[in-house]
Amino acid sequence: MRFQVSGFRFQGRLRSALAMVVGVLLSGMLAASAIEPFPFESEVQEKRFRSLAEEIRCTVCQNQSLADSDAPLAQDLRRELFAMLQDGRSDMEIRMFMVDRYGDFVLYRPPLAGHTILLWGGPIVLLLIALGSTVVIVRRRRKAL
Amino acid sequence: MIRMLLPLIVFGGLLVLLVAGLQTAEERKLVQSPLVGKPVPEITLPGLHDPETTRSTADLHGHPYILNVWGSWCWACRVEHPYIDRLGREAGVPLVGFNWKDEREEALAWLDRFGDSWHFHLVDFEGRAAIDLGVYGAPETYLVDHRGVIQHKHIGPIDATVFEDLMRRVMQMRAEAES
Repeated sequence: MRFQVSGFRFQGRLRSALAMVVGVLLSGMLAASAIEPFPFESEVQEKRFRSLAEEIRCTVCQNQSLADSDAPLAQDLRRELFAMLQDGRSDMEIRMFMVDRYGDFVLYRPPLAGHTILLWGGPIVLLLIALGSTVVIVRRRRKAL
Repeated sequence: MIRMLLPLIVFGGLLVLLVAGLQTAEERKLVQSPLVGKPVPEITLPGLHDPETTRSTADLHGHPYILNVWGSWCWACRVEHPYIDRLGREAGVPLVGFNWKDEREEALAWLDRFGDSWHFHLVDFEGRAAIDLGVYGAPETYLVDHRGVIQHKHIGPIDATVFEDLMRRVMQMRAEAES
């Protein structure tokens, strides 16, 4: 009986420890995704900010977008992005601003151009090869039957 | 026969791709700057030892120079410092420091401790000018020719090989400026 009681107590402790770990992890995740509270003029502006920050790559931490990253450079670029939105610049102008300074790599959706043709066309070429070989294989098997 | 060997050939091909990918991984992480071959943006910033004096990249027109991005918080800047020291003494062109997102006291203490062979420093506390330069990490080293065009950008710390390469490029810029 006594043993059981202490067992329960242990379980209770384990549970609260687990809850604490989960809590810490959750708050860490929330903090990581939080963007500085900029004084947006409107909801539309905030939406534009978010979508631009999501499609611009943080060049320091290369597999994160500006929206995800806590790197100091990403913070600077977000500030710059907000200033440009306040200035009334268009989405295209803002993208150009980033590309002029950091190159096409900064965009998660690179432009369709000579040097990106393999990137955009590659999946289509692979699909065509796959379809072609499927047709050939199916025909051969049919003949064999 | 070829049919049986086909999977092996495909596997060999994948293996080659994998090894090639691993070997160029570090290189591919570097983002080539679109600013190489373009005029250096006009940047006007206060000095480090003399905050009341502002200097501009426009003042440097007519002579080749080296622009080195550093910060006292930057671990790799310490690693490359011996080579920076040599560049300042041996290159024969101004070596301009670009003190990026640093604190003045800490930057000055860092220079006291490791040595200051830069000709002067531009201080970008906010990081606004660095964006115009396309800086994305420290250290970075830019070579600007006498026409004010960025000829080369090295990302990351300078080692013996990079030092030789930079020296060769600087000598070339100097020869061009003199002719």
